[in-house]
Amino acid sequence: MSDDRWLDEDAGPIFRPYTVTRGRTRLRDDSLNLISLLEATGLPVPRRTRLDPEHRRVLAVCAEPITFADLSSEIDLPVGVVRVIVDDLREENLLRVLRPTPTGDVPDELVLRKLLHGLRAL
Amino acid sequence: MDYAHSDTAVHEPAARRRGGGQPIAAKILVAGGFGVGKTTMVGSISEIRPLRTEELLSDRSAGVDDTTGVSGKTSTTVAMDFGRITMGDGLILYLFGTPGQQRFWFMWDELALGAVGAVVLADVRRLADSFAAIDYFEDRGTPFMVAVNCFDGAERKDPADVRIALDLDADVPLVMCDVRSRDSAKEVLISMVEHVLARTAAARR
Repeated sequence: MSDDRWLDEDAGPIFRPYTVTRGRTRLRDDSLNLISLLEATGLPVPRRTRLDPEHRRVLAVCAEPITFADLSSEIDLPVGVVRVIVDDLREENLLRVLRPTPTGDVPDELVLRKLLHGLRAL
Repeated sequence: MDYAHSDTAVHEPAARRRGGGQPIAAKILVAGGFGVGKTTMVGSISEIRPLRTEELLSDRSAGVDDTTGVSGKTSTTVAMDFGRITMGDGLILYLFGTPGQQRFWFMWDELALGAVGAVVLADVRRLADSFAAIDYFEDRGTPFMVAVNCFDGAERKDPADVRIALDLDADVPLVMCDVRSRDSAKEVLISMVEHVLARTAAARR
């Protein structure tokens, strides 16, 4: 895709969110689940790395573990865009991904029982 | 990028986690045809959160270079039905409405991954609208149930007839509900989790 495609008025607003990812839509690591927990590692930002405001916002929100879905909602950017930003930050070891439950992606029986208890108490 | 160096607060989560502070997240999908009440159900039982997806431009969607189908804003940035129920013990249940239109089906795989299960909402006047979702979860092996949303004035149907019309396996729960009611939506979710627990127990035997 040539660069002038991005400048075409007819392209409309659809491409703009991806300017924060510098047009990148492909990911290095595609294992993010919407309920994966993200957490800032607290490691220093490498000197060669220049972080955009959106990247900093994501890091700040991830100071405490937060799900990918909640992060996207909080940052108010489309999921696909936040996915790329998260991928950038993981690449720099500034963000880590934790499984949504102690046993992995799929809830185990203990989590299910807690869920049932929680729902009944609503 | 100065503050990340100076901000000591970023080291705190690890300390908190040692005290068991990491939340546990689970999700249940709400599927079904257009206008069957997915948005209403998510809204009646959970705290609605704005969530936009723009996956048409991701590498997983076909036709990224083809703008013919994405001229309208609604087809590019799509609001998803997304709700959160925060429970005690750091447990959070998320509800995701699966986008009904066929062009968003590629998103279902990601949504279904790691889900507790799926609630397929059905409307007795348009049962055929539920077939696609039922087929999808059957093929995938995702635990699911059918919740028949009984709208005002809708013809009451015998659940046994609905089960036959939908060609449901005997072990798939089918309940009648009114998703506008918080209690009714809650009962549906309880049935969902009970069903999955029963499956888990059966698999262990």
